[in-house]
Amino acid sequence: MTLINLTLPIAEGDIKKLKVGDNVSLTGVMVTARDVAHKYIMEHFIKEEPQGKDKELFDLLYKHLHDGIIYHCGPVVKEDNGKYTFLAAGPTTSIREEPYQTDVIKYFGLRGVIGKGGMGDKTLQGLMDHKAVYLHAIGGAAALIGKSVKEVLGVERLDFGMPEAFWIIRVEDFQCVVTMDSHGNSLHKDMIERSKGELDKLLAQ
Amino acid sequence: MDFKTPMFELIKDASTNLPRDVIDIMEEMRAKEEADSNAKSVLGTILDNVDLAKVEQLPICQDTGMIFLDIYYPSGFSTLMMRKEINEAIKEATQANFLRPNAVDVVTGKNTGDNIGNGSPSIYFNEWEKDYFEIRLMLKGGGSENVGIQYKLPDSTLKAGRDLDGVKRCVLEGVFKAQGLGCAPGILGIGIGGDRGGSYYLSKKQLFRKVKDASPDKELAVLEKDILESANKLGIGPMGFGGLTTLLGVKIGTYHRHPATFFVTITYLCWAGRRKIMTLRQDGGYDID
Repeated sequence: MTLINLTLPIAEGDIKKLKVGDNVSLTGVMVTARDVAHKYIMEHFIKEEPQGKDKELFDLLYKHLHDGIIYHCGPVVKEDNGKYTFLAAGPTTSIREEPYQTDVIKYFGLRGVIGKGGMGDKTLQGLMDHKAVYLHAIGGAAALIGKSVKEVLGVERLDFGMPEAFWIIRVEDFQCVVTMDSHGNSLHKDMIERSKGELDKLLAQ
Repeated sequence: MDFKTPMFELIKDASTNLPRDVIDIMEEMRAKEEADSNAKSVLGTILDNVDLAKVEQLPICQDTGMIFLDIYYPSGFSTLMMRKEINEAIKEATQANFLRPNAVDVVTGKNTGDNIGNGSPSIYFNEWEKDYFEIRLMLKGGGSENVGIQYKLPDSTLKAGRDLDGVKRCVLEGVFKAQGLGCAPGILGIGIGGDRGGSYYLSKKQLFRKVKDASPDKELAVLEKDILESANKLGIGPMGFGGLTTLLGVKIGTYHRHPATFFVTITYLCWAGRRKIMTLRQDGGYDID
């Protein structure tokens, strides 16, 4: 299995080359964001011009997310005198962000999101329109993925709770699989069709 | 008696040390998956992660779940006392990072930070006639909990009648709907009968059975095997990437039903089936399996 090494931030051209099924290793800075964070981005940044503290948060996020990646993850993080270490950091189910994802990709100029379980048609269209990919990490492989998080650069809105905060992390050799590419292909869509065919056969018996 | 210390050890063990029978079945299935397939590679990564978590005492999965406890206790003990000590053990285990804080207020959205909240942990107390305690703990992530589903038979769209064939039909649809979202390969706990709530409890209780055991009821044992083999023909595979291993096991239990109702309830346990059973004696000695 060949591994495609990519360093963050990622150029549009490199994203366009990726196809469903490609194995990717990522190195660089990414940001975790899940349910509360996506809703917050939508309501406080996209729907209105961010002001004050929100503007500061926006500027910080934009720096890391333009041509960057959001990781759908609610980690277990150890704190020792203000120093944070990721202990367990597997992906969370991405489909919950389906209502927001395309807008968030467009707004920050994201090149990808990492999660598990895949996303729907709206996001697939968003990936095509804005040249980004959906990367699938192995659900539950949290201790292993935690090892690829080399440093926690910061955390924003910890008041959302440990799982929901924006964690800014530096990763090395973070491995995932492209399951939705920027050309309209989705492994998840294919799998639903294929398994539906098998289900229909089983139910016909 | 000290309840807190053994409870802490039980939580730590469940969070970091996957049960042997679940590891064994995944190793067996990895050997069967096609060479160079995504399925084989995913199962390999999962097993590497399980090893790492055990050696370094890290949570296997960052989602340490909604804490579910099914407790059997001898007569004469106070469930209030047990609940207090369990809560203390949970707070300590959260501090020690064996549990992620997962209790969120529905109205304010605030996370309590220590896993204690209304209905959290979820505990069922059962008094029994034996002189020791049996404490069954399951740490089950939200993703897998979300793909659980309850059917009521008959269901005309599935041509599912009020019989075991009807049960099979709706369970297969349930597995199809779950795809890889519950972190396949999963183990199904199925409750048939009861009221709606009881049927969910029954389905969850089945998941404490060993992955390769069979129901003592002959007809249910046949149904368990049939559903397992049929579901694995769906081809969903590990993580929903395709493959032979969609399910690792199917466990069915029954309650008597009301003449008018026929519930079939599916609880989906992700591959990270963190369920452990502790036998705790009154002298304080305990074993965890």
